[in-house]
Amino acid sequence: MSDNKKCDNQVRHHSRRKFLKGLTAGIGLIALPGREASASVWEEFFQKHFRELSKEELSKVIVRLEKKYSQQFGKQVKVKSTPPLEGVLFGYGLDLSRCIGCRRCVYACVEENNQSRDPQIHWIRVMQMNKEKGVDLSHAEHYYNPDKVPEKGHFYMPVACQQCEKPACTKVCPVQATWKENDGIVVVDYNWCIGCRYCMAACPYGARHFNWGKPGLPAKDLNTNTHYLGNRPRPKGVVEKCTFCIQRTREMPGRYPACEEICPVGARKFGNLLDPESEIRYLIENKRVFIFKEDLNTQPKFYYFYAT
Amino acid sequence: MKNIWHFFTGTLVLISKGSKGYYCWVAFLLTLMSIGGIAYINQLNEGLIVTSMRDQVSWGFYISNFTFLVGVAAAAVLLVIPAYVYHWKPIKEIAVLGELLAVSAIVMCLLFVTVDIGHPERFWHLIPKIGLLNFPQSLLAWDVVVLNTYLTLNLTIAVYILYNLYYKKEPNKSFTTPLLLLSIPSAISIHTVTAFLYNGLGARPFWNSSILVPRFLASAFCSGPAFMILIFFLVRKYTKFKIDDKAIQKVAELIAYAMFINLLLLGAELFKEYYTGSVHLAPVQYLFQGLHGHSALVPWIWTAMIFNITAFFLFLVPDTRNNNVTLVIACILVFVGVYIEKGMGLVIPGFIPDVLHEIYEYAPTGIELLLSMGIWATGLFVFTMLLRVAIPILNGDFHVADDGVGYYIGDQLFFVSHHDDESSSVGESGVDDKTS
Repeated sequence: MSDNKKCDNQVRHHSRRKFLKGLTAGIGLIALPGREASASVWEEFFQKHFRELSKEELSKVIVRLEKKYSQQFGKQVKVKSTPPLEGVLFGYGLDLSRCIGCRRCVYACVEENNQSRDPQIHWIRVMQMNKEKGVDLSHAEHYYNPDKVPEKGHFYMPVACQQCEKPACTKVCPVQATWKENDGIVVVDYNWCIGCRYCMAACPYGARHFNWGKPGLPAKDLNTNTHYLGNRPRPKGVVEKCTFCIQRTREMPGRYPACEEICPVGARKFGNLLDPESEIRYLIENKRVFIFKEDLNTQPKFYYFYAT
Repeated sequence: MKNIWHFFTGTLVLISKGSKGYYCWVAFLLTLMSIGGIAYINQLNEGLIVTSMRDQVSWGFYISNFTFLVGVAAAAVLLVIPAYVYHWKPIKEIAVLGELLAVSAIVMCLLFVTVDIGHPERFWHLIPKIGLLNFPQSLLAWDVVVLNTYLTLNLTIAVYILYNLYYKKEPNKSFTTPLLLLSIPSAISIHTVTAFLYNGLGARPFWNSSILVPRFLASAFCSGPAFMILIFFLVRKYTKFKIDDKAIQKVAELIAYAMFINLLLLGAELFKEYYTGSVHLAPVQYLFQGLHGHSALVPWIWTAMIFNITAFFLFLVPDTRNNNVTLVIACILVFVGVYIEKGMGLVIPGFIPDVLHEIYEYAPTGIELLLSMGIWATGLFVFTMLLRVAIPILNGDFHVADDGVGYYIGDQLFFVSHHDDESSSVGESGVDDKTS
């Protein structure tokens, strides 16, 4: 190829790129208000998968999100991206003999994790069971509403994400927008999820929830301490789920998940399964434990037990 | 390259010409498409909350239509096998119509999936290398691959054959034969993979049954060819295209076999669920009997059962099979029957009762119905356009002009009823030359 021709090619290449750039900017300007806003919309559109972001790219994304949420809600929002802690595998225990079915955990979770208030999204579902029937889903009451709990002859079974070792949900996701982290928490990248809801069809525990409409989250209710993979505000059209309060439990020093903290009867236990001295290990080794839908071999790290 | 351009511009001129009936039909479809488009804009603004899908029933009418249409698309293979594997002449002449139907059905499938997802603008996440396609782990990733492969194959084969006929050339067999042979397993694959999509979920006992794939295939080989026969009758009645009765009867015979297998497999499924009587019976009970007072699908599934069984006998008995009136009735019954059974009848009971045994009864909203109607109209529009080009080419009414550059259009009307067939051929305006 002669130099002349090469040069020609380069020029053409250059001008084409300029044209494309102009075109993109043009479309952006037409479709969106303000130059800055349009830039961030394009950045968001072309954002890579969370796990493919370099350190620099991730910090840029975090800055963009913090700015966006702070503007949207009119207060300073923190978005963390704390990685899993070394030597930690989280496990959860729930004492069925203690739970009184008060649903305080349900609402503490909503407040902590910025779920939509209208329409309501709950990551925890408490079922009222008949003592005579035992754990029998076909006789479970989901919308029990007496003046006082617990009701005679009943026990209560809260269900949330079981943080499976072999999650059925992550396997089916067509774009790897959901995966299991090294500390065992199953997370969703809300900026990558396409909203196909295949994971919801696959999950045996009803633990995944979809933002059918625009999440209704009043600014006054926003918890500003958030994690990218957890409780940051979600857009409509993506799936969300319990993350064992990733924004709390991954910190050093960590805090208990909101549901564990609020439980008035101490039915909820949380800890590190790799630590032989932990309370959760003691319970698993010494109490009568049962795994929900064990036959599906999803291997939950959520252990129901009877302490008494 | 130039030839392709001339061919393309010729087809554009061709599709703009037609009888009053043709214009009315196209205008009707475009109206429905616009209504669907408006419904979609509304859904994009508000979110999928405008549907009646919720966390308990997270797939609904859109995915039901998708599932049914995958079957219709796969059924083109029923024409390809006798035509190209057994070289049976009456079907070979019409096989290309089957391929075009497959193309239109896949277009509808892709549209139904698109309108179902929460973030359609993120479709590029599905493109390997650019996005992160979860292949081979996710069956949905497989479905993306096989559906697009099948679409490409059918479109390539049909367009290549028509393009060559337009230029009065013999299509190159060493190019078409491998593609045609590949399209056979490819048709099976789109249906198998779509069945696996449901089949592989341990959480949903209604779908988690190994009989699902053969059931899918059997019902596809009923609904797709039934639709094909209806199209054959319409094409024969309203265009100048000739279709041999023998071809239609052969297809009808195949439907009889397929429907027998379909009913047998369904019976096997029902026996297993009812005789075992485990908790996994609940979704079947919901579908056929109603569960705890919820029975929205019961009248529908029984309608489907009656339609399918009636149609089976109409296809089975030679007298009714060879009678065009009863044959058309049977085809309509099968199409509607399978649409119910393989659409809502398959998808919805997977979610009722849900994994925690809650019952949320689902019925599509107006938006879902309008949007789905718009997609059906789009599919029919695509199919009409493809036929508008294909049929004159197959009839020899649309080909390259004698100068080798312009085009000749012999069929200005396209839609005609038989009695004014004569006038249409007299009224043809002859050579319409164009040079560029």
